[in-house]
Amino acid sequence: MVKTGIPVATLREMYVTMLRIRRCENTLVELLRINEIRCPTHLYTGQEAIAAGICANLRKDDYVFSTHRSHGHYIAKGGDLKAMMAELYGKRTGCSRGRGGSMHLVDPEVGLMGSAAIVGSTIPLAVGTALASAIQGNNRVAVAFFGDGATDEGVFDESLNFASLRKLPVVFICENNLFSTHLPLYLRQPADNISERAQTHIMPGIKIDGNNVLEVYEASQEAIDNARGGRGPSLIECRTYRWRAHVGWPQDYDVGFRTKEEVKKWEKRCPIKAFEKFLAGQGVLSESEKSQISEQIDREIEEALTFARESPFPDESELLEGVYR
Amino acid sequence: MSRKLTYVQAINEAVTQMMDKDSSVFIMGIGVNSPWYVGQSCAGLYERFGDKRVIDTPVAENGMTGVAVGAAMAGMRPIIVHPRMDFMYYAMDQIINQAANWHYMFGGRVNVPVTIRGIVNRGGEQAAQHSQSLQAMFMHVPGLKVVMPSTPYDAKGLLVASIRDDNPVIYIDDRWLYEQSGEVPEELYEVPIGKGVIRREGKDITVVATSYLVCEANKAAENLEKEGIDTEIVDLRSLKPLDNNLVIESVKKTGRLVIADGGWKTGGAGAEISALVVGSAFKYLKAPIMRVSLPDAPAPASSALEKAYYPTAETIVSAVKKVLEESL
Repeated sequence: MVKTGIPVATLREMYVTMLRIRRCENTLVELLRINEIRCPTHLYTGQEAIAAGICANLRKDDYVFSTHRSHGHYIAKGGDLKAMMAELYGKRTGCSRGRGGSMHLVDPEVGLMGSAAIVGSTIPLAVGTALASAIQGNNRVAVAFFGDGATDEGVFDESLNFASLRKLPVVFICENNLFSTHLPLYLRQPADNISERAQTHIMPGIKIDGNNVLEVYEASQEAIDNARGGRGPSLIECRTYRWRAHVGWPQDYDVGFRTKEEVKKWEKRCPIKAFEKFLAGQGVLSESEKSQISEQIDREIEEALTFARESPFPDESELLEGVYR
Repeated sequence: MSRKLTYVQAINEAVTQMMDKDSSVFIMGIGVNSPWYVGQSCAGLYERFGDKRVIDTPVAENGMTGVAVGAAMAGMRPIIVHPRMDFMYYAMDQIINQAANWHYMFGGRVNVPVTIRGIVNRGGEQAAQHSQSLQAMFMHVPGLKVVMPSTPYDAKGLLVASIRDDNPVIYIDDRWLYEQSGEVPEELYEVPIGKGVIRREGKDITVVATSYLVCEANKAAENLEKEGIDTEIVDLRSLKPLDNNLVIESVKKTGRLVIADGGWKTGGAGAEISALVVGSAFKYLKAPIMRVSLPDAPAPASSALEKAYYPTAETIVSAVKKVLEESL
């Protein structure tokens, strides 16, 4: 077990975040199954430790950019749950006023500047906000979350190159869940060495267990400190696995190259169960606290769902609003 | 105070003054420190503002445009320069999927005040990948604005307006215009985006033109005048949003229309303007509408073919005469 000097409050906060993400996604599974939510929804189940561990090191005004699989990052950065649920329902009260859906969550009040569905496209955007920080001299750090599929894109290398060249305050987080849609890494790249791509761009690059929130927290703490201190960018490859389908609620068993056995193996490595065990062992999380947290999260989700269901749809007259500012 | 500047000096002055006045303005792109790439349009910027705000970038159009777009989301007003418009295809994802969509896609919560400057660099036997004029591609996209100044006055005023605009603006300048000289006020001023201007009043026919072809239209009108044909010239200045009323009112007056735009014919700016006029001023038309454009072919290298490829004042004169001949 990792020996840790992480404050107890932070440990609890990360646990709550992870559980909040998981419960949200589990709720969405049911809503997708009955077609109550219809927009393309990419669930984050199984990857919770990454968003939680990294965002626990970020300030509210630090920038985050996310992908089509954006719920975890939105929740971990402190995005409003009601506005997220309403967005998934296509309601006017959604975080993107019903224009984005699940793939386009945003909350600039907490630094989440957007989530995009074009693979790799938000990596240079994060570098751009870091460049703005450097010019403005305001110490804000940017984090680019992306999947292993994004490292197939040229813009990944373009972005790392420029960030390193100018020593920009940005941290690149690759959530390697082993699949780009349905195609496994070994059929896309000649070696399993994403973290080593950092060496080409002269920045620290490490590979960590993305299902271990303590490891994620500690590795990203160092990278974020370096970025904020003017020591330049880092690349962290977090090994993980998505439990659910690329998109939607099923599990993609035997779609392409994914087997039931493989999914079961990863379910046994549940990041939340492992963290609960650690916390209990440290005497940080009692059974009564656990159920208190659990009930609190269930209440929040219930409230968010009620809010989303009761919110109005956008009016047709709003269709052309906001094409320009 | 007004004095004469060349078109390229006017661009340079707009950037210099905006960077002086507003610390959120910066410029980046391929060759911004190289006159070979950008002419004199960025001369002196590096010396004045340093490498923090004048960034000559790697040749990575997609990534670098994304960096500019991201910086715009964080409160900056970047100018990203593409020294040949042809290179912008690499950056289409950042320009269209990201910059143009962002404000709408996120319910108006984040906007992208970036100026994307594309330079038309045709002629000189540069062939198909260094000669293109892509205004029609960008005109197609909701969320983008597209401007094409034809005079030094507009080159400065439209660039200032583009930088100050809260949306992504595609600013297109043409190297064939760089040595044109004209009155340019010393102080900062804006030419409003979305407003065209009548360059010459006439009663027989309207020529709606963009960028360099406004100059050719002026020459054409002088020649036509000698033959007793009175030409009205509308300089669009902005292709998106289009100054619909200005075009429609002019056609209502003259009843005849030639559109001169330096892009390809099919699906080009001329097609859009033509549809606008037919839809809004049909009963005023006395003749078919003609388009002056590039032919539907890539740019050739050989100067013999280039001569046939690029429209000139003579092409406009022929088009005007054809419209007059076919009048009802």
